[in-house]
Amino acid sequence: MDRFVFLTLDGLSRGAVYAAFALALVLIWRAARVVNFAQGAMAVAAAYVAYGVAAATGSYWLGFLAALAAGLLLGAVVDRALMRHIDHASPLNPVIVALGLVLLIQAVLGMVYGSEFRPAETPFSRGAFSVGGLAVLSPYDLFVFATVGVVVGALAWIFARTAVGLRMRAAAFAPEVSRLLGVNVGGMLTLGWALASAVGALAAMLVIPTELGLHPHAMDLVFVSAFTAAVVGGLDSPPGAVVGGLVVGLLLSYVSGYAGSDLTPLAVLVLLLAVLLVRPGGLFAPVAARRV
Amino acid sequence: MSATRAATPPRQHSADEARQAGPPHRGGTLLRHLAVVAVAGLLVFGLSYAVEPFRNFQLATVAAYLCATAGLTVLTGLNGQLSLGHGALMATGAYTVAFGQNAFADRGFTGHWLLPISLAAAVLTTVVVGAVVGVAAARLRGPYLAGVTLAVAVVVPALTVTFDGVFNGEQGLSVPVEPPPLALGAYFPYERWQLWIAAGATLLALLLLANLVRSRYGRTFRAVRDDEVAARLAGIHVARTQVLAFVVSAATAGLGGALLAVLAQSVSPGAFSLTLSLFLLMAVVIGGLGRLAGAVWGAVLLVALPDLSHSVTELLTLSPAAAQRLEGNLPLAIFGVTLIVVMIAAPGGVQGLLSRLGRALLARRPGRRS
Amino acid sequence: MHRTARGGLAIASTIALLVSAAACSGDGGSSPGRGSVPGVTDTEIVVGTHMPLTGPASAGYSKIAPATKAYFDYVNANGGVHGRKITYKIMDDGYNPANTQQVVRQLVLQDKVFAILNGLGTPTHTGVLDFLKSNRVPDLFVASGSRSWDQPDKYPGTFGFNPDYTVEGKILANHVKTALPGKKVCFLGQDDDFGRDSLAGVEKVLGPVAVKQTYVTSNTNVAPQIGAFKAAACEVVILATVPGFTALSIGTAARLGFKPQWMVSNVGADHPTLAKQLGEAAPLLEGMIGTNYLPMQNDTANPWIQLFTKVNKEHNGDAPFDGNTVYGMSVGYLFVQVLLAAGKDLTRESVTEAVSKGGYQGPGLAPLRFSATDHSGYGGQQLSRVSGGTQSYFGPVYETDEADGPVNEYTATPVQPPANGVPTGS
Repeated sequence: MDRFVFLTLDGLSRGAVYAAFALALVLIWRAARVVNFAQGAMAVAAAYVAYGVAAATGSYWLGFLAALAAGLLLGAVVDRALMRHIDHASPLNPVIVALGLVLLIQAVLGMVYGSEFRPAETPFSRGAFSVGGLAVLSPYDLFVFATVGVVVGALAWIFARTAVGLRMRAAAFAPEVSRLLGVNVGGMLTLGWALASAVGALAAMLVIPTELGLHPHAMDLVFVSAFTAAVVGGLDSPPGAVVGGLVVGLLLSYVSGYAGSDLTPLAVLVLLLAVLLVRPGGLFAPVAARRV
Repeated sequence: MSATRAATPPRQHSADEARQAGPPHRGGTLLRHLAVVAVAGLLVFGLSYAVEPFRNFQLATVAAYLCATAGLTVLTGLNGQLSLGHGALMATGAYTVAFGQNAFADRGFTGHWLLPISLAAAVLTTVVVGAVVGVAAARLRGPYLAGVTLAVAVVVPALTVTFDGVFNGEQGLSVPVEPPPLALGAYFPYERWQLWIAAGATLLALLLLANLVRSRYGRTFRAVRDDEVAARLAGIHVARTQVLAFVVSAATAGLGGALLAVLAQSVSPGAFSLTLSLFLLMAVVIGGLGRLAGAVWGAVLLVALPDLSHSVTELLTLSPAAAQRLEGNLPLAIFGVTLIVVMIAAPGGVQGLLSRLGRALLARRPGRRS
Repeated sequence: MHRTARGGLAIASTIALLVSAAACSGDGGSSPGRGSVPGVTDTEIVVGTHMPLTGPASAGYSKIAPATKAYFDYVNANGGVHGRKITYKIMDDGYNPANTQQVVRQLVLQDKVFAILNGLGTPTHTGVLDFLKSNRVPDLFVASGSRSWDQPDKYPGTFGFNPDYTVEGKILANHVKTALPGKKVCFLGQDDDFGRDSLAGVEKVLGPVAVKQTYVTSNTNVAPQIGAFKAAACEVVILATVPGFTALSIGTAARLGFKPQWMVSNVGADHPTLAKQLGEAAPLLEGMIGTNYLPMQNDTANPWIQLFTKVNKEHNGDAPFDGNTVYGMSVGYLFVQVLLAAGKDLTRESVTEAVSKGGYQGPGLAPLRFSATDHSGYGGQQLSRVSGGTQSYFGPVYETDEADGPVNEYTATPVQPPANGVPTGS
């Protein structure tokens, strides 16, 4: 029982990060109909900026803000400089450009910073509180939950309650009509990329200290888990991304705890098949996928 | 909505194909394909004598990759299904050929007829695996299909570690392959023999694929890609067509993987990682998705680009500190930039670019067009 | 329809042109045989290696080959070996066996290297053993502790360097047996031959361990494994882990309030690497016991470290100096010793014969086991402990075999480096 509680809490704290990262994927998918395979590499680049700033100023929080700013900027640049100029007739084209971007970003980071792992500090202790001899959550885990909660809440508020959010949704779902109504569709698209990239950078800031450390490839594995989470939840659904992230986090924790860490990829495949064969558009698909 | 389809190549291709599909006269097509394959075979044969052993090996690797990229072109380019898991299918073929060759060697069988049997077994096994994945895939679209195939790509290396009694974990298995027949001479370069094997198998696979693409099945593949509802109205069984495309594609991927294992004389999971699957996809899109010819460019790029960018890096003379940072990273950066630039400048890939060039030249000299 | 045919022809002929152009640009006239030795002229010896310089596995390892190259440059600046300068071609394989296939063939078939030196990685190097054998290329000092390199009958040209993982497991376990008797011992290993061979060595000495867990590099959460150790109240945890996962395990344990005695394989015990990765949490490494068989990088009184620091300054751009630098230069030193022993008429046969003769002494603390029937590398290790933020050796050097032989003390006195840092003919 103790072990179950331990694994559950451990899985939830990882799942929260997957959720945040999956949310970033969902944001771009909804805005531009692109699965951004470069999300991980972009987030790592922002994290390098953050640690540079934190090291220079001695403040974790300034670094944290720098990560968000770098994320916003990088997202906007990727949209304006690259994605805007791609022929979207084939949805594969942006995917390939994103993959090229992954190679480029990781190579540049490797050239500038070298391929060593760098320590990533945390603003709060990672030592777990002990309840009756059982290690439960740490202050840092609570910080992760709180941050992800704030992000989910803020995004929900932006999209549901603000004029900008409504315009972004309109531009994504009916670009032609929105344009006629005077919405700056291109601008909204750039904003979507920037927002998503900032959320991705935030997720990287949260997850990198819990992994091997800062490295050009630090987010590769997280990307795979988060993409799985987004697909399980449904790429059109932000709540789906959150639920998917938590489910994947729990699954990975239970399987490595009870069965063995080498079996986790198999468990992920089984989860995907089980969910998608019943609901081909993910758990939270807004409408049943078109049957033909 | 593009969400419902994995990949629709640029419209010009559909127009091309509509023109090409024309009335079906299969005999003529078969003959023409046979002629092309025969000429290509002769060319490779000549080349194998003209170039050094290392180039022979590179060409053999191109041939092995070509099997996989051609299959992926049929699946993604012609049938509109996206697969991030072709590396796993290649691994299936590679491990099967390893089991086959080891089983023959353990029982003391020798002879050059064993390899074709192992290769055929590899194709059959991959067909079975491909059919299972394909049945699941036929229900899924776009990124959801990508997610499942990505999970498949990650699972296969993990399985080899879980069942290391069978697959020998990350170290993998060796693949015993016979030396060239003595009839070819005692000093016949092994790499030339490898090229003959790989090119022979690949040309055969391409011949079959090219005929399939031009056949009734090829037309149903494209019909499903372009509009599932219309295809269904035309009496095409959509799911069955998609599974068939997946199976065909898996068969060639399995052959490609098996050939890679034969070339390397070994197989290990690290060679068939998710990265390979992503590189295959990059290769076919860069080559040009709509045509088998694009797959050729893709396979050539997969082998040539890392080599070229490495040579470029070697030309620079650098201080030790700078060299340590650039070494390895610079080729990757060049590769990444190339991908981005080609995609922006020529969204139809290399083959699309060539077609456009060719059309422009022909338009200038209308008399030559028959 | 004709377009297909024409397209195919166009492609085929373009490839033909490209390839033949490439072939012509290379050296067209070289034919093997006629007494010439590939990669060797009167003024130069070309050797190559494959290493992960990029990708997730490159951390740490990417520094080894540049260090070896720096040592060669130092030797070249001092006149080379028998008047020949050593050129070291480093190829990046990203720790991907498919890339290793390509780059090793490029080195052997195109660059015509004399030998492959210190190729890194078990899965990567395993794939090229047969190729190197059939081309009779000396395959010296493979950078991995797998036992596969010690097969003189099957692979006569292949030699190891690192002590194998079983030897290491036995030496770690021997310390537990003598210094920490009666403690509850648990084991975390990588889920491949590294973890397996190491566990085999541990259990040869101690019998079955209380709890054994494995990890895979594709899953960076080790909390479930560490949680199991904590629940079982393990007192000693032996780690057969790469540096990243050593740091991760120790960090995770601290998080869970679990503080056993850590005993770490030399693969993942380099203190500077671990401390860098743990950052502010580096004090957690206090008391960690590791093993090694080369001089400790922080031991500035050691003449070998003084030599290697000097070489690092002069020829390696003064890169950060750690265990990987020492390793790379030690490989270079051994190779130069072997070249000297092989004599002025250098051939591929003479160099493998020279290695098989054995008797090499250099920076290593433990004996090199090379003989006609033994192609494994170092046969022993010394234990180290982190204390006050520095890692230093304690106790005797131990040697043992990978079978059931006892763990013995090795008492030979260490040798001093030659005055100018370049080995002289013996």
